Amino acid sequence: MYVTTGEDEANEGEEVRLMSVPVPTTQPFLEKFPDATIISDDVDRPAILVPKEHIIDAATFAKEMGFDHAESVSGVDFPDDNQIEVVYHLGSYTNDNLTKCVLALATRAPREEDPRPGQDSTRLPTLREVFYSVEFHEREIFEMLGVYFEGHPDNRRLLLPEDWADLPPMRKDFAIKGR
Amino acid sequence: MSAQLPPGLQLEKVDERIMTLNVGPQHPGSGHMRIIVQIDGDYIVACDPDPGYVHRGEEKMAEYRNYITNIPHLERPVIHDSCNILYPYVLGAEELLGVEVPERAKYVRVIAAELNRCVYTLYWLAIYGIFLGHSTMFMWPAGDRELFIDLLEKLTGARVTHAYFIPGGVRNDMPANFEDVCLRQVRYFEKRISEYSDVFYDNPILISRTANTGVLSRNDAIRLGTTGSVLRASGVDYDVRKKEPYDVYDSLDFETNVLKSGDSYARSKVPWLDMMESCRIIRDALSKMPKSGSVRTKLKPNPKGGDASVYKRVESGRGALGCHIVSRKKPEPYRVKLSVGSFRNLIAMPYLLKGEKLGNMPSVYWSLNYWPVEADR
Repeated sequence: MYVTTGEDEANEGEEVRLMSVPVPTTQPFLEKFPDATIISDDVDRPAILVPKEHIIDAATFAKEMGFDHAESVSGVDFPDDNQIEVVYHLGSYTNDNLTKCVLALATRAPREEDPRPGQDSTRLPTLREVFYSVEFHEREIFEMLGVYFEGHPDNRRLLLPEDWADLPPMRKDFAIKGR
Repeated sequence: MSAQLPPGLQLEKVDERIMTLNVGPQHPGSGHMRIIVQIDGDYIVACDPDPGYVHRGEEKMAEYRNYITNIPHLERPVIHDSCNILYPYVLGAEELLGVEVPERAKYVRVIAAELNRCVYTLYWLAIYGIFLGHSTMFMWPAGDRELFIDLLEKLTGARVTHAYFIPGGVRNDMPANFEDVCLRQVRYFEKRISEYSDVFYDNPILISRTANTGVLSRNDAIRLGTTGSVLRASGVDYDVRKKEPYDVYDSLDFETNVLKSGDSYARSKVPWLDMMESCRIIRDALSKMPKSGSVRTKLKPNPKGGDASVYKRVESGRGALGCHIVSRKKPEPYRVKLSVGSFRNLIAMPYLLKGEKLGNMPSVYWSLNYWPVEADR
């Protein structure tokens, strides 16, 4: 007989903590990570760009602030900067001060002209150990933009067919026919 | 031999005890997706959802069309809830284009969104009923859904794909007698919906099949980032309409339904309770809305967004629905990302099915309020 609880990784770990955080949310980030860039200081929609070396620390810091899940993870291709940006939108269910707040935590990976997903330098560390909820979102970013997440347990394709052999389709140089 | 084959085409090891079973994509109970389950006797030991059979590249298409021509195709992932899936996109586009919305249009939008939530929830309830073998629960919601479809047809001109919301308001005003017809039908439905509990929710067979199956604890619901009815059935009081009110939701009278048990039964009950609140919102909005005035701010031809990015979210029938739009001073958005409730709740499926009996799969799967087409986009 198999039991449902106590076996899965998602069930382990500490109780979800309650902490209050002073607004604005971006200021403590800048103190802790001097090389971070504040993109928006809005109270409800703060946005920070962090170099990829610090993304795990920044995500852990956000979790300590009270953000407990990822609402969305989007990848944006910037061929002009030769970079791909991954934006984690983090929200909070447990912290009453943060219920309206969605923190956009962004980082950038190098972009290659001739991508070989999983084998080139387009790599980022995964946030799955910090936020379990990014698992499927990161799988989608990997197939759609070719950003390999190091340490992700399951870097398989999710939505695209197994035999897709073209460019990652959300890159700007993948053009729709006739457009 | 199998090591040389490309990924996804490799031969699998055959275990004596564990059997791998593909449920779907042709199986009617799986929706438009495949669920690979490994079973030991009657118990599921592992489950791997495989969506993507209805991926249509909505986000890619959105980069080639301008802010207005994006509207008809962006509602396609979930045509039963088309007002709600357009809502965050329209809110985001309004912020980027700098458009003000007239007061009356905000009320009309809320009414349309709540009518659409009922259409979606009744459709989902019909499917949930039939997959538990309860054919009355297929017939009743499918019949009552027509009431709301008729109302939306009166309001928007189309039965399912409305394309009604636009940046700056809604496409057209209500017809003259809409208020009376809407009130009458909503009042009838409020009486009718309580009968669902007699035949379905208080039914001992339903309770024995769904209570204590697929239990999601409060902590896990938060950790997995679930949303909507799945989250509220696990005891987390979070509804975007209450926590971050958009348009006129802060002035309307309604409550959030939260259940504590976190099982399939609670997850199937929360959307039904939400429909009652939707009726309340519609009645309240009809009484509070300005009786005359414009419903649309005219846009400039081919409007350009600024150099910014926005993230807007609303509460759809399946949970929070977010839209991230990146704009680069062009008539077309640079990037549109839809973060949909179905995709976010999908992560709970392998977690909940592990250890369940195979026969409980439909009740757990459909209780996740999952719409495969929306998850694939």
